[in-house]
Parts: sequence; structure tokens; C-alpha cells
Amino acid sequence: MEFFRIKKDIPFMSYGRITTAISLLTFLLAVFCLFYKGLNYSVEFTGGTVLEVQYASAANLGDVRARVEKLGVGDTTIQNLGTARDVMIRLQTRKDRSSAQLSNAVMAALQAGGQSVELRKVDFVGPQVGEELVQHGLVAIIVVCLGIMLYLAMRFEWRFAVSAIIANMHDVVIILGCFAFFQWEFSLTVLAGVLAVLGYSVNESVVVFDRIRENFRKPAMRTHTVHEIIDNAITSTMSRTIITHGCTETMVMSMLVFGGPALHGFATALTIGILFGIYSSVLVASPIVMWLGVSRENLVKPPKPKQEAVV
Amino acid sequence: MNRYPLWKYIVIVVALVLATIYTLPNFYGETPAVQVSTSRQSITIDTGVMGRVEHALKAQGLTPDGLILDGNSLKVRFHDPETQIKARDAIQHELGDNYIIALNLLTASPDWLTHLKAYPMFLGLDLRGGVHFLLEVDMKAALDKTMERYAGDLRRELKNKQVRYGAIKRSGNALEIQLRDADTLKSAADVVNKTAPVLTQNSDDSNFRLTLTLKPEEITRIQNDAVKQNITTLHNRVNELGVAEPVIQQSGPDRIVVELPGVQDTAKAKDILGRTATLEVRMVEDDPAKVQDALGGNVPAGYELLDDASNRGRSDKILVRRDVELTGDNINDAQPGFDENGGPSVNINLDSTGAAIFRQVTAENIGKRMAMILVEKGRTEVVTAPVIRSEIGGGRVQISGSMNPAEANDTALLLRAGSLAAPMNIVEERTVGPSLGKENIAKGFHSTLWGFAAIAVFMLIYYRVFGVISALSLGVNLFMLVALLSMMQATLTLPGIAAIALTLGMAIDSNVLINERVREELRNGVPPQTAIQLGYDHAWATILDSNITTLIAGLALLIFGSGPVRGFAVVHCLGIMTSMFSAVLVSRGLVNLWYGRRRRVASLSV
Repeated sequence: MEFFRIKKDIPFMSYGRITTAISLLTFLLAVFCLFYKGLNYSVEFTGGTVLEVQYASAANLGDVRARVEKLGVGDTTIQNLGTARDVMIRLQTRKDRSSAQLSNAVMAALQAGGQSVELRKVDFVGPQVGEELVQHGLVAIIVVCLGIMLYLAMRFEWRFAVSAIIANMHDVVIILGCFAFFQWEFSLTVLAGVLAVLGYSVNESVVVFDRIRENFRKPAMRTHTVHEIIDNAITSTMSRTIITHGCTETMVMSMLVFGGPALHGFATALTIGILFGIYSSVLVASPIVMWLGVSRENLVKPPKPKQEAVV
Repeated sequence: MNRYPLWKYIVIVVALVLATIYTLPNFYGETPAVQVSTSRQSITIDTGVMGRVEHALKAQGLTPDGLILDGNSLKVRFHDPETQIKARDAIQHELGDNYIIALNLLTASPDWLTHLKAYPMFLGLDLRGGVHFLLEVDMKAALDKTMERYAGDLRRELKNKQVRYGAIKRSGNALEIQLRDADTLKSAADVVNKTAPVLTQNSDDSNFRLTLTLKPEEITRIQNDAVKQNITTLHNRVNELGVAEPVIQQSGPDRIVVELPGVQDTAKAKDILGRTATLEVRMVEDDPAKVQDALGGNVPAGYELLDDASNRGRSDKILVRRDVELTGDNINDAQPGFDENGGPSVNINLDSTGAAIFRQVTAENIGKRMAMILVEKGRTEVVTAPVIRSEIGGGRVQISGSMNPAEANDTALLLRAGSLAAPMNIVEERTVGPSLGKENIAKGFHSTLWGFAAIAVFMLIYYRVFGVISALSLGVNLFMLVALLSMMQATLTLPGIAAIALTLGMAIDSNVLINERVREELRNGVPPQTAIQLGYDHAWATILDSNITTLIAGLALLIFGSGPVRGFAVVHCLGIMTSMFSAVLVSRGLVNLWYGRRRRVASLSV
């Protein structure tokens, strides 16, 4: 069975202008969302307390809200989590009460309602820890970028390193933009997903780059222009690209369907990352490589002069 | 031509056998058990204890499934949780309070696996339920307390040496002693040199003022000690809870991580751990005039009116001096016990400094009362205020009188709790209920299972024989990853399970690359056996590059990530390595077995 039997190379590079324009537009839109709306940080980053409780039957949110508000704990968010029985209660950090006291008080108030309610999860994070996490996250992104660039510069050439990173950051910014636009919760697990996309998306670029390098080295391709060589590289890896991403996405969809609320954000980040990962490595990274002026000489070392021999 | 040398097959087989052995324990599940251990070094858990436990269980008509003596702990397996709980009560009754009796879950895997050190994967708190705390030690308070103690020591010594001084004041992290003239300044400097050599002196000769500050290395030492002492106290508190495998570790310069897996009553755990308290011994003022004044709302300078917790039921106030004679730092231990008349008492053990101070204080104040004060998060209360009957030396103090055994127990507990070096604040807390943990495991498992199944089915339809081989090597990958995690006993969390799933989804990339390459070579008219060879060779460079870049990202996550991110990264990195092994070596081995031995291969099923 074969889905993609492409006889002629698709002239991806001629679309370069249009695709780059589309990328730029989505990128700017994402940046705009990030600045205008901002990320909806989870309690891990902002500090505060989150309780997850489960009622034996469907929970009455109004009643829960009334009970929690009676405690006078300030600003609270109360919402269902996945099912009608699960309730998430988000509280601000209080100076005068520890999280332990706070969550105990809330549980006592809920249990006083008569319905059987079970404490499923408490997350409390102090504000200083949250700040550290943001810092660590940023450091991680920078180190990942530098490490990948260094490796690509060594294995390929600096032009490839630069364009791979641009394509990559484009993906990451778009994921963050989506999370900002829809105001999905941005938690540590989502951050792990975003950083995994960094590694994953560069993977995609590497496969295409590898083919470009190989094509440059092929004697049969000597007469082709850089333009044609890149087109050929993308076309011949097309089938692999779609099947691989399809497989990975299958796994991610499985997480989205079966993983429950805990893995939902992670799987969402990856889904966006995979979709834009394909797009960016084919239609962002490759045009940039071309515009940066890659040439055969950049990649093919002059062959060592061989001693002529009579066989 | 597509044949592996024997050693490559041997490597694959050995890896598979090892993977099987270390994956096995995960399939056996767990059985309830009671774990007996002790926090005291003087007590050893030996066959004698084992005999007593066996005897006690027999007396109750409970039959254990097995007893395992392992290092300094005894584990007793039971068939069901009901027997487990009954047995815990029986053992607790038999052994008494010097032992920690905890409920635990033990792997049900057979003994030969346990002998090979093959254990199931170590599950994180989000999967097995429990409490995680990150506590921050209040270093400012630790330093404050130290300075306060030096001030007290100096006051006493200056008085002893009859050096007349104006006042000892604290300003920030420094002490200022105001003196009368150059002579007293000099003798005061000598006294400081003797009593507190760790303080840096700075004398202002024109104003006769001596400024004392802590040396930087001393500050570091105090901070280290504060964390260490807090860890010890936390250990004691956790022991009260009876947790089988608590984790209490220093994390960073001023933080402590406490993880209590499997704790059911999280509210109680938080209560016990959250008690951050310090203890102070101060003198009580019983002068009726002053007490009357204070009760009238006019507390004399240098005094404080406090609640007396020792008079239960009555709301009594007690007037105490602000000067701290002794702090919890100098208390080694406090235990409930009995006095010579058989009445309940609290026995306190002081260290040498504490003993010396205590002797002096008691000698000077016979007939007066001294208050033991617990300072807890802005609340100050008197735990007990006994009358000093005689001079007490030697550092062994006994408080007895009108108390019942339970009160003696409480008082001892409060005094022990008070001997923390510095207060702690909870800066992070994660509590996961046991049912949520089980659900998380099920959800993670199902995600991986169905994702894997879908990929496998697709692969074998799309690539036929090569697809079967790809699916098999993906299975080997999963197997080896689980084995590696079990072997290393790395903590598996929900993000870790997500990483397993994602790694499998990404690992198939290598196989797709290979299969596509083989197809391409065939399309170019290369004969089948050569196509296999070239396909693998060409794909290898790409596989290596793409995996190394992914590994760079994974390692950065491992180093800079924290919490869930790190749990993800560990599994992700391990998964990348196992995937390179299985996708390249194992799948090629299978291809070689299938096609390589035939002389003539007309076509490849790819």
C-alpha cells in the first residue's frame, strides 16, 4: 500500500513567498495574542491553591460557591472539571493562612453540605516558587535552542542551524499564541509539551536538511539548481513526513481521548506543535535556508585527490 | 549479504532477556503489608522482634502470608487490607511506641525476581496518591534566634565577670554593646572573645561602643544547621504518621522536600507537618502588683502577657519576662515518663550549654516559676510553667505534678516540636488522593495502549512484512523502556507515562524512515538485498541526527526542568536511547532473519 507516489517534484520553493507571508501573519497574530491577552498561567506559575474534589453525584456549583465564599477566602474560581461530579476550586494565596489550613477549611465546609465529597487533589504553590519556574522554563528554552543550533552548525552548516531554530521558535510562539487566544490553562505539563515540540519539530527539519545535503552530494543532481534540489528533497521525504506525523498524532490523539484532564493540555500543545511542525519545516525552514544562500560548496567538501591507478 | 554476525544476535537476545526479567515485576501487582521499623539507633529489628510479631499475630488469629527481615525493617505480608489493619493494631500493641508501624504495599512478584533486584517501577505521588510538600526554612528567623542567644550569653557572662555595661541592643544582624569607658570596653571585648569567638568585633573607641557581627562562614553554618535540624524534626513528626517510605530531603540551600506516599488522611499529615514552632524558656513574674498592672492593660516594659495552655479549661494569663533564658536549640529530647512517685512527668534532656545555663537559672530562681513557651506562627503560648524547687544540674530536667499521662504526652510532643531551629513555611503542596492516583495510572495506560495498537495496525497494513517488523521493534522499545525504568527505579509520574506514549509515537519515525528508504531504493531498480542494505545505511545518518537533536532538548529539560517537566524528561531521554537500539539494531536483526538467509529474494514485502 502506498498513499503518496509523487512522480514529479512539487515546486515548494516557488510558493516560498506566499507561505512565508502566511507564516509571518500567523506568527504576528500569535505574538499579538500573547501580549494582548497573555497566557492563562496555572497555579504552578502564579501561586495559589487549587483543590479538586469529587462528589458522589452531580455537584451543585452554586452551593459549592456559596459555601466556599462563606469562608471569606477572597477571589475564588469554581468550575466543573471534565464531568459534572468533579469540581475544581481555585483560591488565591492568603498571607494569614497556610494552604494546609485553607484546604482543610474548604473541605470541612463542603462536607458540612451533607453530600459525600472526596478530596482528590490539592496543589498549592507559593508565589516565589512560581517565579522560579518561569525563569527555569525560559532558561530551558534558551539552552535547548543553543544546543540544537550548535549541533546543527557542526553537523550541517550555520545556515541550517539558523533556519531550523527560526522555524522552531515559530512553532513554539504559535502554540503559546493558541493557548493565549483560547485562554487554555498553561501548566508545567503544557510547558513540558512545548519543550518536547522544540525537539520534535527540529527533528522534522533535520530529515529534510539531511536530504538536501545528500542531494547536493549526488553526482546525478550536479546540474540541478539549489531551488530544484530543495524541492526534490522535500518531495521525496513527503511520504515519510506525513506517515510519521500521522503516527505521532495518533498517539497524541489517544492521549487526548483517554488521558483525561491531566494530560489534556499536554496533548493539545503537541497537536498544535505537530501540525505547525510539518508546515514550518517544509515551508519555513527550507525557504530560509535558500534565502540565506546555501550552496553546494557549503556542504560538499572538495574530494581528496585520488591517486590514479591502473586496474 | 544481509546477515548479522553471531555476536549481534547475542546482544539482542541478552537485551531482550534482561528486559523481560526486569519488566516482569510490573505484572504481578501488589499485596498489603505491615512494615515495622524504628527511628532509634539503639533498637535493632532482628529475629527476636520477628518472633514477637509472629506470636502477637498468632494470638489474634491472624495468619501472615510471609515475613521478610530486610535491613533494619520487618515487612509482614497479608492477604487482604482488612487483615492488614487488624495486624497493624496487634503489632503496635505488642511492640509499643518505640517502633514505627506503617501500612505499606509490597510487590507480589516471586522471590527469585526480588533476589535479582527486579522491582516494579517506582510510582510518583501523582500515581499512587500521597502528599508532597516543599518547605522553606525561614533563615532570617534562624539568624535572629542565634543573635538573640548570643545576646543572652553575653549578658550573663558580662554580669559574671562584673563588667558594667549600658545595654545590649540588636540592630539588624549585629549586636551593639554600650559601655562606660575604655577599661570596660577592653574587658567586654575579652569576654566576647571567650564566650563568642565566632563574632567579629568592631569597637568604636570614642563612643565606647562594641559592635558584633556574624562572620559569613558562620552564617552559612547556621543556615546549614537550621536545615539539618528541621529535617531531623520533620523525620520525627513523619514517624508519628507511620508512613512506610517517607522522603525528606534538602532541596536547594534553604528548602526541604517532604513526600509521604500513600497517606490517606492528608488533613492530619498537613496538621502535623505544618506545625512550625520554636520553644523558649523564660522566667515568670508572679509579683502581684505587676500582674495586676498587666491584667489592667498596662504591661510593664520587658514583660509580656501570655496565654497559659497548661491550665486546660480556664483561660488564664501569665506574665513572663521578655528575656529568653534558653531556646529549643538546647533541648535534645523531651519524653513523657513517670516520676519517683509513679505520677506522669515530662523528662527533658538538655545539651551541655543548655545544662550549664539551666543550672545557673535554677540556682538563682529557686521558688519562682519558669515558663516553657511555644511560639507558633504569630501565636505564643505557655506550654507549662513549673515551679523551680531546687538547683538542677546535669541537663536532666523532670517536670511533674498535676498532669495526666495524655497531657504529659502532649507536653513532651510540643516541647519536641519546639526544638526546631527555625520556622518553616510551606511554599508548595501537592496532595493526590489514592483514587485519583489509580485513575491516572489507568488513563495513562489506556492512552499508551490504544495509541500503540492504532500505530501497529496501521504499520502492518501499510508496510506489510516490514510493518510487522516495525511494530515488533516498537514493542521491544516499549519493553526495554519499562525494564530500564524498573531497573533504575526512576520515579514514574503521569507526565512520565505521557512521555512513554509520545516517545513511542516519535520512535516509529525511525522505522518509517527506513521503510520509505527501502521502498525508494527498490523503486530506483536496486535488487532487494541491496535495497535493504542501502535503505538502512542511508536512513541511519538521518535517524542519528534527528535523535540527537531530540536528545539535546530532552537533556535540557532534565537539567533545567522541575517537577512534572523533569518526570517527563527522564522518560523521554531514556526512550530516545531505547528507540535507537530497537529501531535500528532489532528491526535490522528481524529483517536479516526473515530475508537475509534466503539466497534469492524476488521481492520485498514493503
